[in-house]
Amino acid sequence: MKSISRRKFMTTGLAATAGLAGLAAADHVAHRYGLIPPDHGGIYGPGETLTYAAQRLLTRHSLAREFPRSMISKSPFANETAPPNDAFKRLQAGGFSDWRLSVDGMVARPASLSLPDLRSLPVRSQITEVACEEGWSYIAEWIGTPLIEVLNAVGILPQARYVAYFSIDSNWWDSIDMGDALHPQTFLTWGMNDGDLPVSFGGPLRMRVPRQLGYKSVKYITHLTATDTLKKFGKGLGSVEPEGGYAWYAGI
Amino acid sequence: MTHWITVISFLALLISGAEIVISHPRFYWGEVGTVRTPPLFTLPIPSSRDTVPTGYGYVMPDQNGWSRYLHFQAAWVVVLTGLLYVISGFLTGHFRKNLLPTRADRTWRAFWGVIAKSLHRMTPDAEDARSYNVVQRTAYLAVIFVLFPLVVWTGLAMSPAFTSAAPVAVTALGGRQSARTLHFFVSGFLLIFLVIHVAMVYLAGFKSRVRAMITGRAVIAEEPK
Repeated sequence: MKSISRRKFMTTGLAATAGLAGLAAADHVAHRYGLIPPDHGGIYGPGETLTYAAQRLLTRHSLAREFPRSMISKSPFANETAPPNDAFKRLQAGGFSDWRLSVDGMVARPASLSLPDLRSLPVRSQITEVACEEGWSYIAEWIGTPLIEVLNAVGILPQARYVAYFSIDSNWWDSIDMGDALHPQTFLTWGMNDGDLPVSFGGPLRMRVPRQLGYKSVKYITHLTATDTLKKFGKGLGSVEPEGGYAWYAGI
Repeated sequence: MTHWITVISFLALLISGAEIVISHPRFYWGEVGTVRTPPLFTLPIPSSRDTVPTGYGYVMPDQNGWSRYLHFQAAWVVVLTGLLYVISGFLTGHFRKNLLPTRADRTWRAFWGVIAKSLHRMTPDAEDARSYNVVQRTAYLAVIFVLFPLVVWTGLAMSPAFTSAAPVAVTALGGRQSARTLHFFVSGFLLIFLVIHVAMVYLAGFKSRVRAMITGRAVIAEEPK
């Protein structure tokens, strides 16, 4: 075994110190700029964190691809039917006229909004693709109220870092960071292809997050909460998805 | 070192990739495709989703959660290791010295010569143990500079976030479903390479070759059998 020269010892030591300092700095920057996903623990944490951080840095202001009207899929496919839930069926029988979206958490004016309330806010439409993590995809026109309009209407506080959203199906909720929450294509969607949003596609109200895979676009939304931490929801992993083994961030 | 990290990551990618395909064993061309559109082709296997009409009477267990986590973690390892390998390969002249076919060998005659030689007598001679022949060099260069970059590209082309920042990554391939189908085929070519590669190592004497790979020295004719 060769003895290590003093120079080599010094350079290795300096490199190791620089490396550790670099890691500490990276950790600080990552927390500061929100580059750590809530499901960063566990054996897949490093890969998940790299993906989320890299894509966040890359996609800060990017828009999901939009398509010409001629590319709208003739026969779109929906995975789920209506939730077998009495509360939902009651609202459906009343034509969803009593459907409410409650908005609370880190907002100045918590509110409970009806579907007409949402339609009275600025309305947008987009022709974007829904891509399922299984591999299939289709294109549709989505009409809705951008989430940012709702958040502005209730006075979102600057401390908020995430928006958690909940389905009428109590086992179904998710969350997005402010990058996606304030993104112009993130919609509370109530219309599809020039009509009302069908129940099988999430009607009367679905979150659309087109820069992420379909499972982030939770159906039958009744509740939004702005928060600075995801620790207090469920198991603290940011959504039911990581609790079921799926990644919180679905940009890939 | 980079070789063995790549081996482990590639096997992880292969297994997790297969699990993800099982959730929708139908392939399409163009931008979109669902169970309601005619597929380009269908794999004759059962699916892990009851929404896919496979003709089989049962549904496999869903493995997509951990498969997706593992797939992307292993992809990071392969990409970072691959970058390290390619950079050091250029710096040390490994590609130029050991992998670029020599000027004299850049002919079809030399290429077929190697294949004919190996078909006639399967045991390679001492000279073959020290350097790569033209067929090996071509195959290795194709894997490093064509197949691996392609599989990374077609994979990224399926990411809705990545393509929001770089739409050309998917439009150049003809759409998201084309990217998925190409990803499947490129992975298939990599698998074919893997099978042939391992078979060749086996035929060349598994023990001595792997020992050479780990120690970096070729020991010739030490196994009297």
